[in-house]
Amino acid sequence: MASAPFIPLNGSPAIEFDSVHIGFGEGEILSGLSFRVMPQETLILLGETGTGKTLSLKLAAGLLKANAGSIKVLGKDIGAMSERELLHFRREIGFVFQEGALFDSMTVADNVAYRLLEDHADPDEIEPNVREVLRFVELEHAVDFIPSELSGGMRRRVSIARALITRPPIVLYDSPTAGLDPVTSQTIITLILRLRDIYGVTALLATHRLQDGFALANFHFEKASNRVVPNSKNRAAIHAATRFLVLRDGKIYFEGAPEELAASTDSYLRRFLV
Amino acid sequence: MAQAPLQVTGQQPRWEDKISVFDVLSNGAMQFVANVQDYSILAGRSLANLVSGPHYLQDLLDQMDDIGVGSLPIVLLTGFFIGVVMVLQTGSQFTRFGQSALTGDVVAIALVRELGPTLTGVFVAGRCAAGIASELGSMLVTEQVDAMRAMGTDPSRKLVTPRVLAAILMQPLLTGLADFVGLLGGCAASVFSLRLSAVEFWTRAIDALEFGDLMQGLMKPLAFGFILATVGCYKGLTVRGGTQGVGRATTQAVVISSVLIIIADTFLTKLALFLSDKIF
Repeated sequence: MASAPFIPLNGSPAIEFDSVHIGFGEGEILSGLSFRVMPQETLILLGETGTGKTLSLKLAAGLLKANAGSIKVLGKDIGAMSERELLHFRREIGFVFQEGALFDSMTVADNVAYRLLEDHADPDEIEPNVREVLRFVELEHAVDFIPSELSGGMRRRVSIARALITRPPIVLYDSPTAGLDPVTSQTIITLILRLRDIYGVTALLATHRLQDGFALANFHFEKASNRVVPNSKNRAAIHAATRFLVLRDGKIYFEGAPEELAASTDSYLRRFLV
Repeated sequence: MAQAPLQVTGQQPRWEDKISVFDVLSNGAMQFVANVQDYSILAGRSLANLVSGPHYLQDLLDQMDDIGVGSLPIVLLTGFFIGVVMVLQTGSQFTRFGQSALTGDVVAIALVRELGPTLTGVFVAGRCAAGIASELGSMLVTEQVDAMRAMGTDPSRKLVTPRVLAAILMQPLLTGLADFVGLLGGCAASVFSLRLSAVEFWTRAIDALEFGDLMQGLMKPLAFGFILATVGCYKGLTVRGGTQGVGRATTQAVVISSVLIIIADTFLTKLALFLSDKIF
């Protein structure tokens, strides 16, 4: 895809939650959530509906402010930043919303180019950039479509393209395969794998579909053959880490590697595995 | 309590097992105060955004086209027939006293001072406050507002300020046109119904108007435009409950902005009369 590199990260955590609390009205949804996502790592937030997965993503993007605790993204305490500072800072984070959240009055091209248009980028640079990211998600032909003309899977892919236009080092995915058929879901997962394995994007991915998590953990995108292949044992050791974090009742119920989750005998975790 | 810009910050009432009348009233009062606070912040920010960038000129022009040009048919049509009705109602009374020539005076003053600004305000509120609330509400429930924020755009600058400024700029122009076609309607009714000459009607109508009347008639719409746009934006950006919530917000936007316009009209009239006594 892009000739320009994604912004490199140093060795400190890309995302760090420390005792984060948040709630609305009655009771807390997240009660002291703490975790770290290291550079180029993919952390899969797993949990039932209403356990705070989307909320965690929105907190990481600074779209919501925590009641207590600290959240550091790219080393910066986003809780201490003003909304104006956050607006600027968010340009370093890509956010793929659950239903795409495309601007329905704009064409696909304008949706993808949105950030560049906001930055008053050179029009001569905008079109090639837009075509490049749309080619990456295999939707170059849909450049003049409007969102209502797209299928659910195409919308997600445009949403991914939109999130990538500024080459952010971190991408937050909110249930990227929710409501999609298995084939389309696989297309989305392949895109996420390509981003991770070719460009080293750090990802926080919320989902309630365990198979997505295992697909990310057990496969990688091979640039030479341009396809998704299973990890060999040696390959898995050197490959970008994929960890699971299961949320329950506002707290971390499980945190660990895919193999640990797969081997778990815990009755609650087994419900996801069935 | 978690807070985010453009989201309701007021506390939701905690419903206990046993709810007393006092609890209901106090929770309602707290909610009302929180809503007023949120509305005031949004309305204040919509104007404060004018001072610093970024500014969205294209969005402003689009909104001026939508609010101004889009409202023209309804404003012109209703304005014309209000002028006609005014003449029919007042003319019959004046005719009883042989003073039908005064119809032009009354219609001009009533239209320019009061009916033109207020009715235009209410009609535009019915069309535009509803449109703004439903558009922004739909954007909110489909996460487009969050997407905007996630991509580094302040929705209050991109969505609210252009709409508020467009309404403030367009409302006096629409009112001026409504006044004019209202007088045209009044003239037509005077000629065909009261057998007055058009020249006599226009002469009396123009002579009856003073500078203070015009000022009053064109200053009020500034406030009405501000009210209808800010209420529409506030109700749209605080939608709760999905598409059903969008429907509720749309209805509330029309009702609240129309009521506020009438209430504001009372105070603005008093202020304008006071100022015209002192200044004009």
